[in-house]
Amino acid sequence: MTDTATQKPVPVTVLTGYLGAGKTTLLNRILSESHGKKYAVIVNEFGEIGIDNDLIVESDEEIYEMNNGCVCCTVRGDLIRVVEGLMRRPGRFDGIIVETTGLADPVPVAQTFFMDDDVRAKTELDAVVALVDAKHLPLRLKDSREAEDQIAFADVVVINKTDLVTPEELAVIEDVVRAINPTARVYKTSRSGVDLARVLDQGAFNLERALENDPHFLEHGHDDHVCGPDCDHDHGHDHHHHAHDHHDHDHHHHDHDHDHHHHHHGEMSPIHDVTVKSISLRGGEMNPERFFPWIQKITQTDGPNILRLKGIIAFKGDEERYVVQGVHMIVEGDHQRPWKDGEKRESRLVFIGRDLDVDKIEKSFRACEAVAA
Amino acid sequence: MPTVAPLDLEGHVVAAHFLGDVPFFATAAGTIHRLDGGEKVAEAHQGLLTCIRDPFSTTLLTGGEDGKVCRIAGDGTATVVAEAPRKWISVVAGGPQNAVAYAHGKSSFVKQNDGTLKEFTEERSVEALAFATKGLRIAAARYNGVTLHWVATSGDPVDLEWKGAHTGVTFSPDGRFLVTTMQENALHGWKLDGKPGENRHMRMTGYPAKVKSLSWSPKGKWLASSGAPAAIVWPFSSKDGPMGKAPLELGTRANIMVTQVAFHPAEEVLAIGFVDGMILGVRIADSKEALLRRPGKGAITGMGWSANGKLLAFSSEAGDCGVIDISA
Repeated sequence: MTDTATQKPVPVTVLTGYLGAGKTTLLNRILSESHGKKYAVIVNEFGEIGIDNDLIVESDEEIYEMNNGCVCCTVRGDLIRVVEGLMRRPGRFDGIIVETTGLADPVPVAQTFFMDDDVRAKTELDAVVALVDAKHLPLRLKDSREAEDQIAFADVVVINKTDLVTPEELAVIEDVVRAINPTARVYKTSRSGVDLARVLDQGAFNLERALENDPHFLEHGHDDHVCGPDCDHDHGHDHHHHAHDHHDHDHHHHDHDHDHHHHHHGEMSPIHDVTVKSISLRGGEMNPERFFPWIQKITQTDGPNILRLKGIIAFKGDEERYVVQGVHMIVEGDHQRPWKDGEKRESRLVFIGRDLDVDKIEKSFRACEAVAA
Repeated sequence: MPTVAPLDLEGHVVAAHFLGDVPFFATAAGTIHRLDGGEKVAEAHQGLLTCIRDPFSTTLLTGGEDGKVCRIAGDGTATVVAEAPRKWISVVAGGPQNAVAYAHGKSSFVKQNDGTLKEFTEERSVEALAFATKGLRIAAARYNGVTLHWVATSGDPVDLEWKGAHTGVTFSPDGRFLVTTMQENALHGWKLDGKPGENRHMRMTGYPAKVKSLSWSPKGKWLASSGAPAAIVWPFSSKDGPMGKAPLELGTRANIMVTQVAFHPAEEVLAIGFVDGMILGVRIADSKEALLRRPGKGAITGMGWSANGKLLAFSSEAGDCGVIDISA
């Protein structure tokens, strides 16, 4: 008899992507390839999934606003019920995959996994994966906010259908993805052929785990981090390799004239229809008595515009690194591990969102720095 | 001192009920176990999501991952009442004249004894169903309220609105009140016999967790609820229900949450099941507590009294179930 209280949380992968981006093909691969794991899949419609499997659950997307006065505090009511049902017999599968509709906002799905106590007790959001159709992304960005939101919110972005575009077009798509979301792991593939080990069981949503898997997360500028299907870049285990060997794929040698050294400014997309931008802040040691009220205030006032925030904070006089992450108005933080000898004690924080006032955020962030004694 | 006859089953057990003197246990895997001169097992579903005691007959009603709605008779026979292939049926309700209601997605359905099937559609997903105590009428809980439908006649549906997600619904035994559980750690109630213009709303808040179990006292004077480290019992004897009154807190334990409540069929005695598997019996009149079962392997998921009120069957999420004899 298993003791239910000590069961390890089941990892949940959220799969987003516009209609035609290749989600069904990817799901079919996950369900049919032999990778030694079983997944329960929650879909909106059985549709094209030609596989009969007891663990495919059809569920009507049902978004509930929480009655707490916060318009961005939304959850997927249907998921709460389906996950509760699934988790009564957890031995049947190793993980849960939630496929969202093409137009879905990924935020309520993600928030379900930390706003509902029952769901949170038994599952853990592993990663939000966005599939992007390389051919049609520019068009999608023109006619919808959702395509952009999906990229902005993702931990892993898979640029699919690369065989349908020229290397130059692909380079632009990569830049767009990077400009929208500089913190995501990005892979390029065709026919949804991405290595499943790059998609499943990533430990990417939880920043503490993401940092364990990839200690240099949040450190690099964006150009060294785009991987193709044949890239041997191993985020899971090969840390030193990742740290020093900045991959220099040919596709980075395209011509574009935006500045690569602007860590402290909003990243601009080479495509004009993009409204999401990211702000990467870097500062010294922080005064906790200033930082916490500041992050509270900024997430309260700008919460609806903040899709994700992730950061590692060095507090003055604190021997441990503090990691902070948030979605809209929800912010969580915890100590991660002691600072290592010789490790530079600096604070890094990335905001991804809309209509964010870069100067105001940067100035007020700087004002939280501890004054040198 | 009460005695406990244990029944260890495999995996999560969803519910425990009595039909007559026979205790029934429904597992999440889909088997129905009954103790009827020894343990007997029947297969009802490929994955069972809900199992309720039909308040209008001596049967159980179940819904499953296999899209089936079944009625389980006292001899364990499962009859398929309705089927919705590929849908998960987690919401069922039993009504007068063998009517059975169930829901998936934004629709609720009522299957009547003569085989007719009626569909009622809502704007949002149906989270819970309950039949009124009188007349063939169902309440469907949904986002932002509850809708009441007459099943047999073509009367207009009545919408009871209250912002937020309503996840459970129950009528008071006298039919004067309707109460829902909410996604937000609260109950909401409506006074159904209120005069026009009168405040019909009842807000019952302050729970540290979601309320998942409700139970009316035999005559409907009290409504017990889970969702706190004590059973929260609201007074419903006055014409305005619990408004302006504090609830009783029974069987309080430091940080151990109550997961199930079940009133005795005749006395104002409440069985309280906890997340650690402990069960207390508490008398409303003087709050006197009796330990009915010591903590077990998992949270209590269901409790049901025998008709004579001498036996209490319980189920747990870890499979350690049993029957408590309180007359011993």
